[in-house]
Amino acid sequence: MNRTIRKLFSNISSLVGIVLLIIFIIIAIFAPQIAPSLSDNPYQVPRMCWDVNPHAPGFIMSDDIREIYNYMGKNVKNDRAICGTAEGGYDIFYGLIWGTRTAFKIGLITVLLSMLIGLILGSISAYFGGWIDEILMRITDIFLSFPFLVAAMVLTTILGRGLDKVMIALITFGWMGYARLIRGNILSAKEETYVMAAKALGVNDTKIIWKHLLPNTIFPVMVQATMNIGSMVVTAAALSFLGVGAPVGYADWGQMVSFARNWIIGSSGHAGQYWYAVFYPGIFIVLFVLSWNLIGDTLRDILDPRLRGEL
Amino acid sequence: MLSYIIRRLLLLPLILLGVTFLIFCVFSLLSPTERLSTYVHDPADLRSPQSVQRLINKYHLNDPFPLGYINWLGRMVHLDLGWSRAANQPVWEAICQRFPDTLELVLYSIIPVILIGIWLGVISAVHHNDMLDQIIRVTAIIGWSLPSFIFGLFVLFIFYGILGWFPPGRLSIWAQDIVYAGVNFKSYTHLITIDALLNGNIPILWDALRHLIAPIITLSYIYWAGLLRITRSSMLGTLRKDYVRTARAKGVDEHTVIHLHAKRNALIPVMTIAGMMIISMLGGVVITETVFTYPGVGFWMASAAQQLDYGSAISFALLFATIMVLGNLVVDVSYALIDPRVRLE
Repeated sequence: MNRTIRKLFSNISSLVGIVLLIIFIIIAIFAPQIAPSLSDNPYQVPRMCWDVNPHAPGFIMSDDIREIYNYMGKNVKNDRAICGTAEGGYDIFYGLIWGTRTAFKIGLITVLLSMLIGLILGSISAYFGGWIDEILMRITDIFLSFPFLVAAMVLTTILGRGLDKVMIALITFGWMGYARLIRGNILSAKEETYVMAAKALGVNDTKIIWKHLLPNTIFPVMVQATMNIGSMVVTAAALSFLGVGAPVGYADWGQMVSFARNWIIGSSGHAGQYWYAVFYPGIFIVLFVLSWNLIGDTLRDILDPRLRGEL
Repeated sequence: MLSYIIRRLLLLPLILLGVTFLIFCVFSLLSPTERLSTYVHDPADLRSPQSVQRLINKYHLNDPFPLGYINWLGRMVHLDLGWSRAANQPVWEAICQRFPDTLELVLYSIIPVILIGIWLGVISAVHHNDMLDQIIRVTAIIGWSLPSFIFGLFVLFIFYGILGWFPPGRLSIWAQDIVYAGVNFKSYTHLITIDALLNGNIPILWDALRHLIAPIITLSYIYWAGLLRITRSSMLGTLRKDYVRTARAKGVDEHTVIHLHAKRNALIPVMTIAGMMIISMLGGVVITETVFTYPGVGFWMASAAQQLDYGSAISFALLFATIMVLGNLVVDVSYALIDPRVRLE
């Protein structure tokens, strides 16, 4: 374990990943300090003006909106859109900061829950074998028959808009990889002598699974989970981009990008006039996913016995 | 070998049945009235509560679950998929009309995926941990981390916004007039580039390609980046095998060792995954087509989802799952044909 951590910190690419991740964690924790909320729901991105077109970084809140806040008794301190405003006057900077929390929420919850489902089904399937295994694996096959994005999209369409619905859809079609991986790992670990010994001693099934099989098969699953966090966040962002994800105005990176979609070309003669509308949200998503992938990629090389000692 | 294929063929209808069952379960989350919206295309039919009730009974939407499933399955088998509000035509017609465009996009995207993915993967493995390997690896990780909707917008910005080379859409307006009027242009395959060649119409071919290149770049990047990783690790594993060492010890030159001994074996698992990737590329078209307003199945699907056009969404899931199940079957069977070790299992 110590060796793994030491290697993670000594490898350049995973070090970059770790640093990026720490920055994101800090942003998520201190979101209320970095971008103070003006309403009761901090995840609702404030609007700086009612204009349809984006405004360049440094745009100052329009007077009519300031009046509304004054009327509500709110003291507007941050009235400058540091990263500009998106389509509809939404403050990009605010959306990015609070979107970090959204990203962590989506990534961690969906991966943990789909891992749990995969863990339970995979270990049952592998341990008992026979027709239980056959049935569970065929069910897994059925869920695997759908392209992930398409399945999540259809389910979100049916369930309706909202972050919770997106997460349900992602979990429903996200557990199969874990189930298969765990099953395969346990099947090979089952033949080990220590499991036979435990069985001979009369240890019960549940205890064997939890105490002996899982700890010895969990590493590859951790690698998979690390990489999966990034792709879950991307899929959630993609759903928002397509217009079926988080509700309009929710602090979510994918939606920030979708706000930029109609403006990416710029006006005639001013190509890239609205670069900030896609650049800032884009860079946040890419760096977030990259940090998890860098860590996961190195973890896999470290834990892969075939490559051990060659890194 | 034969028994393996027979087993797979026997499982096929079972899996397809499971797929339809799962889709129907999801569909049943909607109320009967919401489900009715997938069959009605004339708002006049919904004027009174009585007529709504009559239609619900007509389409058996209030039946108990098993009966409802059998009834729905019957309609699906007869390709009665309902009415698409997003396309303003029956769902099946909409699929038939849009699918060729999507197919064309996917078929062309396979070329860079296979060529670049495998080629760079082998190079990366041969130069393990060199500067070159690191550069290729980073390119792959970035491609893999770069969400296609951001990369797509970037490509659109560069090649259309700044350079003005590759416009979005499917055809320019002058070309649409020629192709869809069908007077001097005959549709043989409905794949516009092929049709243009068969008609000997080079300007149309060029116009169709111009609209295809940017979506192809977007769709293929993430997949060749993924294939590169797999090729690299498979090749790394193979280069450590005893027989490779033996070959080297015998004094076989390095080029032969890599290309004749190692690569052939390393590519067996890669080919299966490449097959699966090509199939799953169909899922990636939703985003690519939306970014480039490319009028294929994916673009229609996205607008259907936004407009809560449930019938289209459900049919889309069914279409893609069917393609995936059949595609995976073909890949698995051909894998068993190539690699004798699989047959023994």
